[in-house]
Amino acid sequence: MKFFASFILIGLLSYAAYLFAAETPWWMFAVGAFIAGIAIKQRAYAAFFAGFLAVFVLWAFLTWQMDTANNGLFSAKMATILKLNGSSMLLILISAFIGGITAGLAAATGSFLRKKV
Amino acid sequence: MRLIPFAIGFILTVGLIYVLDIKMGDVPPEGKLLSPSHGLWKNAEPANAAFNLSLTAGYLKDEVSVHLDDRLVPHIFAKNDPDAYFVEGYLHAKFRLWQMEFQTHAAAGRLCEIIGEKVGEVSVLELQDRKFRRMGMVYAAENSVKLMESMPEMKASLDAYTAGINEYIGKLTPAEYPIEYKILDYAPEPWTNLKTALFLKYMSYDLARDFDDFEMTNLRNHLGKDLFDKTFPVSQDSLDPIAPRGTLFTPSVPVPSMPAGAEEVYLNPSKDSVGSEGYAYRLEPRHPDIGSNNWVVGGAKTASGRPILCNDPHLGLNLPSLWYEVQIHTPEYNTYGVSFPGAPGVIIGFNDSIAWGVTNAMRDVMDFYEIRFRDSTMGEYLYNGVWEQTVWRTETIKIRGKADFVDKIPMTKWGPVMFDRTYANEMKNNKAYAVRWSAHDPGMEAKTFTMLNRAKNYDDYLAAISNFGCPGQNFVFASKSNEIAWWQQAQFPAKWRRQGDFVMPGWDSSYSWQYNIPLQDNIHMVNPERGFVATANQLPADTTYPFFLGGTHDLFRGVIINRYLRQMDSISAGDMQKMQNDNYNIMAEMARPLLLKYVQRDKLDSKSALFLDKFERWNLRADKDEEGPVVFAEWWAELGRLVWNDNIKRPDSLPVPNPQSFTLLEALLKDTAFVFIDDIGTPQKETLDEMVTRALQNASGRIEKGPMNWAGYKATGVRHLLQSLTPFSRLNLPIGGGTHIINAATGNWGPSWRVVVHMTDETEAYGIYPGGQSGNPGSRYYDQFVDQWVKGEYNKLWIMKDNAAEQQQAKWKMTFTPVRS
Repeated sequence: MKFFASFILIGLLSYAAYLFAAETPWWMFAVGAFIAGIAIKQRAYAAFFAGFLAVFVLWAFLTWQMDTANNGLFSAKMATILKLNGSSMLLILISAFIGGITAGLAAATGSFLRKKV
Repeated sequence: MRLIPFAIGFILTVGLIYVLDIKMGDVPPEGKLLSPSHGLWKNAEPANAAFNLSLTAGYLKDEVSVHLDDRLVPHIFAKNDPDAYFVEGYLHAKFRLWQMEFQTHAAAGRLCEIIGEKVGEVSVLELQDRKFRRMGMVYAAENSVKLMESMPEMKASLDAYTAGINEYIGKLTPAEYPIEYKILDYAPEPWTNLKTALFLKYMSYDLARDFDDFEMTNLRNHLGKDLFDKTFPVSQDSLDPIAPRGTLFTPSVPVPSMPAGAEEVYLNPSKDSVGSEGYAYRLEPRHPDIGSNNWVVGGAKTASGRPILCNDPHLGLNLPSLWYEVQIHTPEYNTYGVSFPGAPGVIIGFNDSIAWGVTNAMRDVMDFYEIRFRDSTMGEYLYNGVWEQTVWRTETIKIRGKADFVDKIPMTKWGPVMFDRTYANEMKNNKAYAVRWSAHDPGMEAKTFTMLNRAKNYDDYLAAISNFGCPGQNFVFASKSNEIAWWQQAQFPAKWRRQGDFVMPGWDSSYSWQYNIPLQDNIHMVNPERGFVATANQLPADTTYPFFLGGTHDLFRGVIINRYLRQMDSISAGDMQKMQNDNYNIMAEMARPLLLKYVQRDKLDSKSALFLDKFERWNLRADKDEEGPVVFAEWWAELGRLVWNDNIKRPDSLPVPNPQSFTLLEALLKDTAFVFIDDIGTPQKETLDEMVTRALQNASGRIEKGPMNWAGYKATGVRHLLQSLTPFSRLNLPIGGGTHIINAATGNWGPSWRVVVHMTDETEAYGIYPGGQSGNPGSRYYDQFVDQWVKGEYNKLWIMKDNAAEQQQAKWKMTFTPVRS
């Protein structure tokens, strides 16, 4: 249950960071994950996975949506420049993975501020 | 709380974010770049994106409406010039910000700020930034701004344009930056009038640089005057100049004469006097394929009885494109054409009364003078027997990730000392050379264009172009009242024969440019009897023109254009489109009989014989699938190497220039015992038939290895300004044409804007450029016109007349409203 709450909270905070892109740096979602890590008492690995999954899913969805609206035109070019063989799907997964790892680490770090579960 | 795990976690998280946030070497900041909120995904423009906008700006005096059509061409309706230029600046920034900034950074010698001191082993500092600064680009732009800002109307236009760009930049968030900023990891800075001037000076660099004085001097010293004159004749026999032969020139001023003694010390110095000296400078020569076509046929030759104006400037083919289509409508004028993102107004275009177009004049307006400094401090230099004080100009070059580089440039009466003991001193001979370039002189190029935009007739056109300083252009003109004209226009130095072909002595003022050619003595034609004017970078006049022309000129495109136009009658706009896409190779027409006559068929191997057969059966058209042009290109290039190289290459391997292809053709057509044919490396005397045969044999090996179709062989591409970003480029396009052909599409140069304007009551106009209105590689409008351009298709240009009545036909609307008090 806590895992699910943490997942939802990190997802929501990260989505808010996405909406306020003009006012915040790109890593604002990590601050959200960190706060959620403090707020919801969990073991560090659980916090990590909640953060990872929440942002992975959110970023994969957001980038997939933007890529679809663009008919995959740009991701194919960028996936070639970034040596991903022109694969839009790979570019989406790597984007989501980078977001996920960052959020997971931030959430776990936050969880260490609480007493041992 | 568990402090140690927390500390470790915290450091790991912050460290990871830090690593993902910065550019490391060539690796872009991955986190920032891949983030859905800030990264590349933001540049993936939705295919159905809308471009409506409503904006309030304090700068405006009145409301401005912009209608964007389905090609994203803006039709600007403003009540006054500054309002129009404000919005044009805004739109340039909105759709093309990165290229404008990048090109002006390059011109200002500021690339190190963005990309660091080196890319791989290539020094950006030495080859780009120091070169541009020492060439005097910033100095030239400063001079230009000073002059333009002293004229209130011009200043108002520039200020408004700058304010429009900054209106856009000011509200731009990092998430919205063009992708190139994100990849290179830097941010846009405010625009200035100086940047506009820098952009225009960059065009002078592109079109009117002439660094070949050093190589020419090397060759003159190596060959001596007589042989040199055969490799670089002052003029060509078979030339078909822009002003037809027989045109009379009566100069309004005395013609400059060569200084006393120049024959011995300058034109034909003895081998002893030049000794082992040489010049090692090999700077990028002016691109051999640079050039353009324009022509105007008068009403007597058209079906409608009204003139048709055509233009296709051949420039570097880049994405985002150099050109941006725009219509500007004010109560005074209604102008349509292409603009430069980086400068206000329309550069090539037409309005309800007139049309104009440009090609490059190709004259030499950049000369080098050797400077004799008193000592190594370079504090004084010799000038007419007196030691003159050096004036120092300090240029501070910021370098990403490194301390600034401070360049101290000695300024002389000639101009900046480009080369000295501190820069590009490969010779270690401690010599110094100053550059005299007409782009340094204050010019009002921007004013020419803003005046042309509103010109109503021939007199207005003449008044507009009289402001033009550099680079020299062939301005062609047509009006609805059936006038046609051409002026080769700029501030051209009046030169004596061969002045500035070689490095000149900087201690002797008699070698200086004495004055500029008075405007009325610039070569021109107005309503000529033959019914057309046409320019294609050929010499503007034959040698009866009293001033020395200098520079390097094409010859073949002019011949074929004049031939077609003489023959044609009842011309339509469609005929002109077809002609702009014509692939006939006139050089091959002239060269083929010679090659076929002298090749020794019995001595060819089977492979060469096969290629000869393809060449012989070729229809002389450089269409995309033809095989003949591949054989011709390789064969002719190899013949050139065989004939020239043994003679012109210096034993000390200092650089020498390559003679032009028509020099060889003309020489061989005239004299089959041309002195350079013999290979001086062999005891026997080679003949033309041996050389032609050997050239084909040698070429066959190369032909065999490459693609055997013309488009594949020449590999025309439209490349992103950052060449390493190949996915942003369009390469290997299936297009014909090439060097010396009207459709001048070569590897990376070609017709950058084809336009045909028919001056009927209701203007009929067609245009196309190999790019798209958006500079964003993530937009479907980025390369929208490239495939059409390849096929020779045109867009019909929609000239809006009425703001309210026609807006339903537009796709999107932008409204710019002033702040009401």
